[in-house]
Parts: sequence; structure tokens; C-alpha cells
Amino acid sequence: MFEWLGNNVAYKLIGLAPASHSGQALQFFVMDISKIFVLLVGVIYIMGLLRAILSPERVREYVRSKPRWLARVLAIFLGAMTPFCSCSSVPLFIGFVEAGIPLGVTFSFLIASPMINEVAAVLLVSMLGFKVGAMYVAAGMAVAFVGGMVMEWFRPERWVEDYVWKIQMGVATLQQPDTSLAGRHRFALGEVREIVGRIWKWVMAGVAVGAAFHGYVPSQWIQEHLANGDIWSVPAAVVLGVPLYSNATGVIPIAEAMLGKGVAIGTVLALMMSIAALSLPEMLILKKVIRWPGLAIYASVLAVAFMLVGWSFNWMFA
Amino acid sequence: MKEIKVLGSGCSTCRATIALIQKEAETAGVDIRLEKVEDIAEIMRFGVMSTPGVVIDGTVVHAGGLPSKETVQGWLRA
Repeated sequence: MFEWLGNNVAYKLIGLAPASHSGQALQFFVMDISKIFVLLVGVIYIMGLLRAILSPERVREYVRSKPRWLARVLAIFLGAMTPFCSCSSVPLFIGFVEAGIPLGVTFSFLIASPMINEVAAVLLVSMLGFKVGAMYVAAGMAVAFVGGMVMEWFRPERWVEDYVWKIQMGVATLQQPDTSLAGRHRFALGEVREIVGRIWKWVMAGVAVGAAFHGYVPSQWIQEHLANGDIWSVPAAVVLGVPLYSNATGVIPIAEAMLGKGVAIGTVLALMMSIAALSLPEMLILKKVIRWPGLAIYASVLAVAFMLVGWSFNWMFA
Repeated sequence: MKEIKVLGSGCSTCRATIALIQKEAETAGVDIRLEKVEDIAEIMRFGVMSTPGVVIDGTVVHAGGLPSKETVQGWLRA
């Protein structure tokens, strides 16, 4: 259906040749934009109806005073279900510290949350297939688990700003959610408006980059340089992802275009993770609670983890 | 007169929340005092982790995300 829409708009309505660069790019753009927005609205609405979208306050209650291994597993799963806005990562960090949740577990949460979420997971599977979707989610969870453990090993307490330890948190008694059908519907609509309103820019940008890649990058060049997973292509993908920032949904069309042209899977996964979880703006926000040495280690741990993911997938599927 | 505090450290949704409350209060003709709380320690004292949060007369009524127009109207009527 979406392909039909893309074909009609690009080739019939505008009259571009199917073989031309611009025709292919526009066809991809229309097809992906329509498909992603339909999926996005549908998935968020259903999650909202089921009230499957968790708030960080609830996560904090679930994770606190659990044994460390369980806390970490919970933090990762709940992180994947909490589509928090990166502007909340400071209060979230402080809230976790105040609840006595170990820093390593907090880092696991911070890694998992932007990288994986239920909406992106559904989109991944429907746009890239079950195999790629499952690989991305599994690799992301593994990175969050190990990354948090490695962070703990560096004793990051040293670099947490002093004021963080002193903050006393109050208890908010939030109103009970309205669980009638009408209430659920209102909540779901609100979530759609809120989340789509926040991420549409990333999605548009992601689709535009994907379309440009699909239409203009010659397959020949990809076949020669990126298809066999040369060693250097993975670190290059990770480095490329640092100044680029998008959310987990926005990277999907880019991945789709790259995989379509035959870029090696590990290289694509490394780029996706780096764009979603390792970014300059995110680091600048975290700077308010963690001093530079801690942040540098955090970024390095992530970069190394993404490279390992990239290399091992390229190796497995070579 | 209602004392309304919007908790949030300057994200775009926080600014949108303030603008929304301001506008709805004017439309409804309700007298409010709107205050923006940006200090993170103070935000946390309310027990709010997901911003923007909204506090009316000392009670947290909302946390995380832009409240809907209907919700804001409900607060102003209460």
C-alpha cells in the first residue's frame, strides 16, 4: 500500500523517471514517511490504551531496594518501556541516586532507554524484518547490561557532582489513572500527540537521509567498500553517529536504505546505536550531574561496545 | 487565586505548558499566579522526575509531557 503510494506520487503525480536518482529518492521518502507515521500513531495509541507506557517515577519504585542483578535487568526492561525525553535525564539520574539505586544500574537504564523502546521495536520488525529487529533489541540490551557493569567498575561515584548527593526528594502523590475506556482513549490520544509531537522532526530527518542514501549513493560503491564489513567501516560508523542525533525511530529509515543497498548488518547496527544513544546533546545534558572524566569514560564505554557489536555481527554474517 | 508552579528546566514542552496555562486562565478569566521552577533541587523536592510537572496550591497534579487543554481547564475550574 505504501509502496503503491510512493510509486504514484513520485512517478505518476510528479512524473519522475523510476530509474532516476530523484525519482528513487522521492519514492522512498513518500513510502517511508507514510508508513512510519501510520505505524507510529497506531502503535503509540495501542500502547496508550493498554497503559503500557511507564513513567520514570514508577520505574524508580520498581527498581529500588532490589538485589543488584535484578535491579539491572529490571532497569533495562523498564528503560526500554519508558520513552523518556532526554531533557528528563537529569532529574531521572538524581531520582535514581536518591533512591539508593547503584550508579551502574542507573547507567544501564540511561543506555537502554534512548536505544530501545517498544515503539521502535514494532517499527523495526515491520520495516526491516523480524531478524534485524530482534538482533537490534538483543544487542542493545546486551550493551546496556555490560555497559552498566563496566561503568560500575570505574567507580563513577567520584565524578558525580556534589549537589546531587544532597538533594532530598519529596513524594508526589499522583492522581490515580482513569481506567475507564473513555479515560484510556483520552490518555492514548494524549500520548500520541505528545510523542509524535516530540519526535516527528527526527523521523522526517531520518527518512530524508534514508531517501538521499537510497536514491543517490551508487550501489557499486557500497558493494566495493561497505558490503563485506571491512574492519574500519564499524568504527567509522560509530564516529559518524556521534555528531548525528536522532531518536530510535528516526534511525530506522536510514538503516532500511543502507541494508537495501547491501551495507553489512553489523556496520548498520553500530551506526544506529551510535546515533540513538551516543550524542553530543545528551552528553551536555548529563554534564549537569557528571563531571567530564566520568562522561568521557561513559562515551568511551559506549563507543567500544558499539564497535564490538558491529564487528561481531559482521563476522557472524560474513 | 490559584498558585500554579510549572516545574522544568527549560525544555520546549515546559515552555509550551506555561503558555497553555496562561492562555487558558485568561480565556476562563481565572486569577492565577504562575511561577516557573527551574532549580533542579526544588523540582525534586516535589517528587517529580519527569518534567514538565505542574503544582497547584502545593499539590502535584501532573508530571511528564504537555497536559491536554481539557486537563488544564479542569484544574482551573476546580
